[in-house]
Amino acid sequence: MNTKKIFKNPKEAIADIFDGATLMVGGFGLCGIPENLIAALREKGTKNLTCISNNAGVRDFGLGICMANKQIKKMIASYVGENDIFEKQFLSGELEVELVPQGTFSERIRAGGAGIPAFYTPTGVGTLVAVGKDEKEFDGRKYILERALKADFALIKAWKGDAYGNLVYRKTTRNFNPMMATAAKVTIAEVEEIVPVGSLDPDTIHTPGIFIKRIIQGASYEKRIENKTVSV
Amino acid sequence: MSLSRDQIVKRIAQELKDGYTVNLGIGMPTLVANHIPPGIDIVLQSENGILGLGPFPKENELDADLINAGKQTVTVLPGASYFSSADSFAMIRGGHIDLTVLGAMQVDEKGNIANWMIPGKMVKGMGGAMDLVAGAKRVIVAMQHCDKKNNEKKVLKMCTLPLTGIGVVDLIVTDMGVMEVTKEGLMLTEHAPDLTVEQIQDETEAKLIISPKLKPVKV
Repeated sequence: MNTKKIFKNPKEAIADIFDGATLMVGGFGLCGIPENLIAALREKGTKNLTCISNNAGVRDFGLGICMANKQIKKMIASYVGENDIFEKQFLSGELEVELVPQGTFSERIRAGGAGIPAFYTPTGVGTLVAVGKDEKEFDGRKYILERALKADFALIKAWKGDAYGNLVYRKTTRNFNPMMATAAKVTIAEVEEIVPVGSLDPDTIHTPGIFIKRIIQGASYEKRIENKTVSV
Repeated sequence: MSLSRDQIVKRIAQELKDGYTVNLGIGMPTLVANHIPPGIDIVLQSENGILGLGPFPKENELDADLINAGKQTVTVLPGASYFSSADSFAMIRGGHIDLTVLGAMQVDEKGNIANWMIPGKMVKGMGGAMDLVAGAKRVIVAMQHCDKKNNEKKVLKMCTLPLTGIGVVDLIVTDMGVMEVTKEGLMLTEHAPDLTVEQIQDETEAKLIISPKLKPVKV
């Protein structure tokens, strides 16, 4: 069995992430983020990163810890309202930011992984998002041209995975992880459990192993809840 | 008396039709879910990857892996499904969502909406709002008629803040009344019970067209 994809720990799995690299980081808010890989990245201290991630975490968890450590030069994201450091660094000019509508964001990543260099979308027509982009009419409606996104590395999180890199996500942790898995030169997945090859039903695999170069089992998971809401 | 937040969302709930798939925005729009009329079957979509959103969990049901687009812990109903953000926005952009309800900082008589940015002040990002207004079959705005804190009007001739979408809003429900976006402009169709048309017009920059069928909001 090919077990070369399995790495011992997050530190080894991210050892070759270099200064100035472009990274995709999965998760929606703090849900489905690769928390062990992010912690290792913070520890490694890699600088001048361009991060493609829907959100920027919070001040002391998720990508926020790398931002607080001034490792991120540029963010490509759709919503960053939960991180006060982000707003400060952006308004002071320290941090470069490209805000992208969430559906355009996910489609740009999907396209990047699927060999599609660009596509037309109706989202953002007539707004700041459309400035400088080609606009074209199809069947009487206006669309703007959006470019695909790719990265040097993708750091993603799944629930279970096997030595081939086959992945299964749980509930709403799936979010951007499957598209990011396809759109980087090197995709590194962290999972809660590495299971024996053959134990995942092929019908239920969300991300086929071909997209995954490295896989680690996280030592532990905090899974912080950002907005705990209960019914009474 | 103008309408309370609760009355605004109750009024919007009257727009729900049996069989609709609905995406409710963060904040006041989320509360529409508390007032789904009896006998009407609605599926709620959350753009982070859920069809069949249920109520908030009990303390012993909390699951960090299950949240809505507002990052709140939630549950799902029987028949629910989970999917990726790409699939989610295929639903949204592809015209499969019947109705979305969103908040707004400004709206105008052309059906333009601004709700994501105040230059130099607030940078949070648009999240899924631009896709929702571009793709949902019907867009309803839930908001306060005026910004009382800064004494600024919000229902305008032309939005001054960066736009979220152009010509996308169908209906606006505020604490003062209900306005339909028509080709000719904003038509006031319902007013808060104790407010006169003049009072509402005074707080509105756009010139309101008064519906011949104008009536008090009933909630």
